Amino acid sequence: MDVDGGSTSSDSTRVRSIPIRSGQCKAFLSQFKQQSLPACKPVLTPAWVIAIHLLLGFVFIPIGLVTLHASRGVLEIVDRYDADCVPEEFKGNKVSYIKDTSVPKNCTRILKVHKYMKAPIYIYYQLDNYYQNHRRYVKSRSDQQLLHGLKYNDTSSCKPEESNNGLPIVPCGLIAWSLFNDTYTFIHGTAELRVNRKNIAWKSDRDHKFGKHVYPFNFQNGTLIGGGKLDPNIPLGDQEDLIVWMRTSALPSFRKIYGRIEEDLEADDVIVVHLMNNYNTYSFGGKKKLVISTSSWLGGRNDFLGVAYIFVGSSAVILSLVFLLLHVKNPR
Amino acid sequence: MKRFVYINDDESPTQEIYCDNRISNRKYTLLNFLPKNLWEQFSRFMNQYFLLIACLQLWSLITPVNPASTWGPLIFIFAVSASKEAWDDYNRYLSDKKANDKEVWVVRQGIKKHLQAQDIHVGNIVWLRENDEVPCDLVLIGTSDPQGLCYLETAALDGETDLKTRAIPSACMGIDSDLLHKIKGVIECPNPDKDIRRFDANLRLFPPFIDNDVCPLTIKNTILQSCYLRNTEWVCGVAVYTGNETKLGMSRGIPEPKLTAMDAMIDKLTGAIFVFQIVVVIVLGIAGNVWKDTEARKHWYVLYPNEGPWYELLVIPLRFELLCSIMIPISIKVSLDLMKGLYAKFIDWDAEMIDHETGCPSHATNTAISEDLGQVEYILTDKTGTLTENKMVFRRCCINGIFYGNESGNALKDARLLNAVASGSPDVIQFLTVMAICNTVIPVQSKTGAILYKAQSQDEDALVQAAAKLHMVFVSKSGNILEIRYNASVLHYEVLEILEFTSERKRMSVVVRDCQNRKIILLSKGADEAILPYTAAGQQTRTFSEAVEQYAQMGLRTLCLAWRELKEDEYHEWSLMFREASSTLVDREWRIAEVCQRLEHDLEALGITAIEDRLQDGVPETIETLRKAGINFWMLTGDKQNTAIQIALSCNFISPEPKGQLLLIDGKTEDEVSRSLERVLLTMSITTSEPKDVAFVVDGWALEILLKHYRKAFTDLAILSRTAICCRVTPSQKAQLVELLKSCDYRTLAVGDGGNDVRMIQQADIGVGISGREGLQAARAADYSIGKFRFLKRLILVHGRYSYNRTAFLSQYSFYKSLLICFIQIFFSFISGVSGTSLFNSVSLMAYNVFYTSIPVLVSVLDKDLSEETVMQHPQILFYCQAGRLLNPSTFAGWFGRSLFHAIVVFIISINAYAYEKSEMEEVAMVALSGCIWLQAFVVTLETNSFTILQHLAIWGNLIAFYVINWIVSAIPSSGMYTIMFRLCGQPSYWITVFLIVAAGMGPILALKYFRYTYRPSKINTLQQAERLGGPILSLGNIEPQPRSLEKEVSPLSITQPKNRSSVYEPLLSDSPNARRSFGSGTPFDFFQSQSRLSSSSYSRNCKDN
Repeated sequence: MDVDGGSTSSDSTRVRSIPIRSGQCKAFLSQFKQQSLPACKPVLTPAWVIAIHLLLGFVFIPIGLVTLHASRGVLEIVDRYDADCVPEEFKGNKVSYIKDTSVPKNCTRILKVHKYMKAPIYIYYQLDNYYQNHRRYVKSRSDQQLLHGLKYNDTSSCKPEESNNGLPIVPCGLIAWSLFNDTYTFIHGTAELRVNRKNIAWKSDRDHKFGKHVYPFNFQNGTLIGGGKLDPNIPLGDQEDLIVWMRTSALPSFRKIYGRIEEDLEADDVIVVHLMNNYNTYSFGGKKKLVISTSSWLGGRNDFLGVAYIFVGSSAVILSLVFLLLHVKNPR
Repeated sequence: MKRFVYINDDESPTQEIYCDNRISNRKYTLLNFLPKNLWEQFSRFMNQYFLLIACLQLWSLITPVNPASTWGPLIFIFAVSASKEAWDDYNRYLSDKKANDKEVWVVRQGIKKHLQAQDIHVGNIVWLRENDEVPCDLVLIGTSDPQGLCYLETAALDGETDLKTRAIPSACMGIDSDLLHKIKGVIECPNPDKDIRRFDANLRLFPPFIDNDVCPLTIKNTILQSCYLRNTEWVCGVAVYTGNETKLGMSRGIPEPKLTAMDAMIDKLTGAIFVFQIVVVIVLGIAGNVWKDTEARKHWYVLYPNEGPWYELLVIPLRFELLCSIMIPISIKVSLDLMKGLYAKFIDWDAEMIDHETGCPSHATNTAISEDLGQVEYILTDKTGTLTENKMVFRRCCINGIFYGNESGNALKDARLLNAVASGSPDVIQFLTVMAICNTVIPVQSKTGAILYKAQSQDEDALVQAAAKLHMVFVSKSGNILEIRYNASVLHYEVLEILEFTSERKRMSVVVRDCQNRKIILLSKGADEAILPYTAAGQQTRTFSEAVEQYAQMGLRTLCLAWRELKEDEYHEWSLMFREASSTLVDREWRIAEVCQRLEHDLEALGITAIEDRLQDGVPETIETLRKAGINFWMLTGDKQNTAIQIALSCNFISPEPKGQLLLIDGKTEDEVSRSLERVLLTMSITTSEPKDVAFVVDGWALEILLKHYRKAFTDLAILSRTAICCRVTPSQKAQLVELLKSCDYRTLAVGDGGNDVRMIQQADIGVGISGREGLQAARAADYSIGKFRFLKRLILVHGRYSYNRTAFLSQYSFYKSLLICFIQIFFSFISGVSGTSLFNSVSLMAYNVFYTSIPVLVSVLDKDLSEETVMQHPQILFYCQAGRLLNPSTFAGWFGRSLFHAIVVFIISINAYAYEKSEMEEVAMVALSGCIWLQAFVVTLETNSFTILQHLAIWGNLIAFYVINWIVSAIPSSGMYTIMFRLCGQPSYWITVFLIVAAGMGPILALKYFRYTYRPSKINTLQQAERLGGPILSLGNIEPQPRSLEKEVSPLSITQPKNRSSVYEPLLSDSPNARRSFGSGTPFDFFQSQSRLSSSSYSRNCKDN
């Protein structure tokens, strides 16, 4: 609102100054030079301040309520599976379990839908205590290579995962190397629940950031295998899991989209999830969660904004009442 | 140490030894510009710091952002400074070129040629015509005038606008003008120096030009570079000093840059921030290394190698150093320079500071020290021409014991005197003759027939004018013959010698021959103590002393006139000695004085003239207002004690007996002076408890002793006393007094108008020159030049105060915004494994400092907390500036706290509102950045006191510009934040988050500000309320608890600052009931009472310091 106000006022001055330009311009200049431009001098009168705080309160509390309502309207099922998916015999040493390729990693989880969930329903995986924002990590990528592939040679920014056996890696860098590779299949009743895994990444990323003709090369070929592998026959622009993964998170706890369920789920439905628990979070005590959530105009379920709005609004009202009281008791 | 100039000798070696006449004021050449300028810029600490940071950023392992984010602004800032220098230098080059290319007539190989001025060599003969500018320093050898005289306007050299006479040396007299360019000879002259009043040289002409004698040359025989030839058809002269070696060229110097108190404070705060930054870096560096060793190795995806390079431990601290480097804002220097430039322009433009008599506007020569004007504590002022108009009017006289003009106050209308003139009383005639001819005045006949006098000294002008009104008219001067018209008769006098005025001799004399009776007479005028002791033994001088005393008490300037008849042979004998003394090269001035002394004795005193020098308009009011503002005044004058005291009384400087008390420090010997000083100190410390206005008076002699032997005690006295009058002081003593006050850590302002004030003006923190009648010398040396003393009030209270307030805001705000973004980065490092990741991308960081936050704050140059009228009515408000209330460690702590609070708000809200699936890094960064920018806009809004259209444009326009710029960047596919801003602006949650940040960030600040403003108002706030709500201004009386809160606020200052200024002014604010009443009624009693409190508190401080 303030932005609009600013622009209109600047426009209006321009409009006003055109007809009698020279005279007004001169007057303006001389006023400027004499530091006597007409000025509005607001005073912090009690009336103003109390009114502003009151107004703030009365605007913010309703917005907070609406926001909170929207957030509460979002239904989500969160299932932490990293601990439970470790077989009993490995409970004492989870790291050896995850590193042992001979142990089957499949795991089954049963999720219960409490309330009716309306499509589209989003599937996220959530990682906690995972520092995608670590400096070594965020820097270790090459945007140019992602777009141009092998044509772009300078991959020094991808250290320490820039080449293997003397050949460059596409996509290079730690981020791509540590690609999340747990997979989920959902059974609803008897049939498999159709999960749409297309169009989960940003369109701009698919079109302009990741090359349509850049194919994975020499990826995960080294002695040290990080995360998931990529199908070398699919160009990077279509590897949506990679694209999603490479949008690094600013927080050590984050969700990334896995797919979309495009049918409604009824209350008390039971969903069976078969998952491959491949990704190693055990060595650093990270948690893995599967999240199934609907969405609102505000996004996912997040009470923070609503609560904060109500808090700020009510504080403003209280403050204005305090000021009012002070003013009545002790008028200046 | 001499130079020999061979006149007109094309083969002589002088041509090679001495430089040609190419003038060069340039600091740089094309080749050395870059290295020299860079070297100068990098000699400043801040720049070295930024360079170090920029270099560290080139190491990609540790740089959190693209090096361009520092190199860009750094290069920009350097480019701005360098181009300013280059532009100045280019302009100097142009003006040099103009002077160098000017064509003049020069004799070469015996033929007059039209050459460029830069080709003149030492020894060349140069011909000039009327109204030509003199291209180099010349010794005259011929003029069109048969008497060998020419007239010169020296305004460009010394600022004096009257015409000066210059004469050809006696050896060149009578040489035919056709022969002049064949002249040969040698001039023996000193090496170039910058003294424009001295030229002690000799001339010897070679045959065939007879006169093989050595002929003495003085400054009278020279015409100096940059003067203009007037009223003379042509002259020719020999070039003796050329190019940059001329007197003018030598006196050009680069003035020492002055540092304001505020700059020093900003430097201090920068230092503190630097220390804070180092601490943060060390703490985070250690934490980062610990986290790396304990946690990061477990996070396999980070792939930390087990063995790092040897510098591994340093990497994380250095990363944090770079991350935190923005704590010290790179933009602050540019912003401050821009603001200061504009302050100076405001002073230049101010229509209310134009002297309407002369149309002369005020001018700020030094653009860097406006804030200091607002922090002035002591004003040292000259008297003549500064407080007074320097427009001398002859008022009274005492001739032979008879007082004229006592009744009417104007001797020219005194019937008795008119009668005496009419009746031809010999005493009076003699008296008038001395008035009319004992001077160096040049009468100029104007076209209308009226006679105009061109005088170097205002006193002489007044005397000649008065004599003319009393029918003794000085009609003309042709060569040595003076023509006087007395009633109907015309008298002629031939001037034989002029014994010039010097400040040591304090008198001047002329020896003239009365052409009527061929008698030789000596006419003298001078200060009473320079004349009366030399009167003939029998003469009674008591009446004269009494007259002097009486006139001085009225504040009139007195001169004593005397004469003596000389015998023919006495004169001839003496004139030989005088001639010899005049041609000495060593100690010439002293020798001449000695010789003059031999003639000036056994004088017959004729009488005393009393000349009034009127006070300038508005002087008493100005002094009163500025003293209310807590500024102490010292008057330093070369005048007599009584005159000085009278002027001081008449301009409110001191108050008369019952209220004021004058303490005299005098004595001729050390002991006397010391005893007198002790007595004064004692009285002073006793009377501080009484409501009395105490001032001390000291004369030059005692001052000399005090400064030499009792410096410590005198310093104590200086601190105690709000007012002092120092009379009979020399220019160097004036400068010493300034130095003394500066050494006590006071901000001093020296104001003067004449050449004798130049040293004081240059010495003081701020030098103000009055562009007055004594020439422009002072105005040129000064930082500010004003037309009249009364403009000082506006200069200090309006311009100085606003500058201080604005700079205080700008500098603290600059730190605030840098700290804000830096704190966010630091907080972010806690959730990014203390690894030194930058939340913001390089473009945003650079633009944040250089554009988004710099432009809105720049328009605070238009901010006015109080209107000019209010400030003028309540000058007390200046205390806030003097005591540094608006920029000190405690206010800075407030801003520091605010940036911390805002950083917490922005950070917490952004990471919580954009959590989980929305936690994409670029998005979170932009949300946080938008939050910062919005907060900036509102902080500036809240801190702005008055909004003009420009402020609205800058604040809200900047906010729009932020989005426009980011949209543009977001539209570039290769940029890191491609599409981010479009995505965000389409999300309702983005706007909701931003408004939450604004409300949560500004709400408490607004509430706090309101609370302070209403319940703990400073005096500024009270006046603001009164001014804007139109309420009664006397409501100032309701702010009793205010000083206490201020004391609390400022108390941390005393820890860091040795000089606890808050305690100085605190008592004054607490006894504001008195001060307040005095606004309305203006009764001096209350005013002085509060003053005395002030001095008592300063005394207590003094004790404390000791």
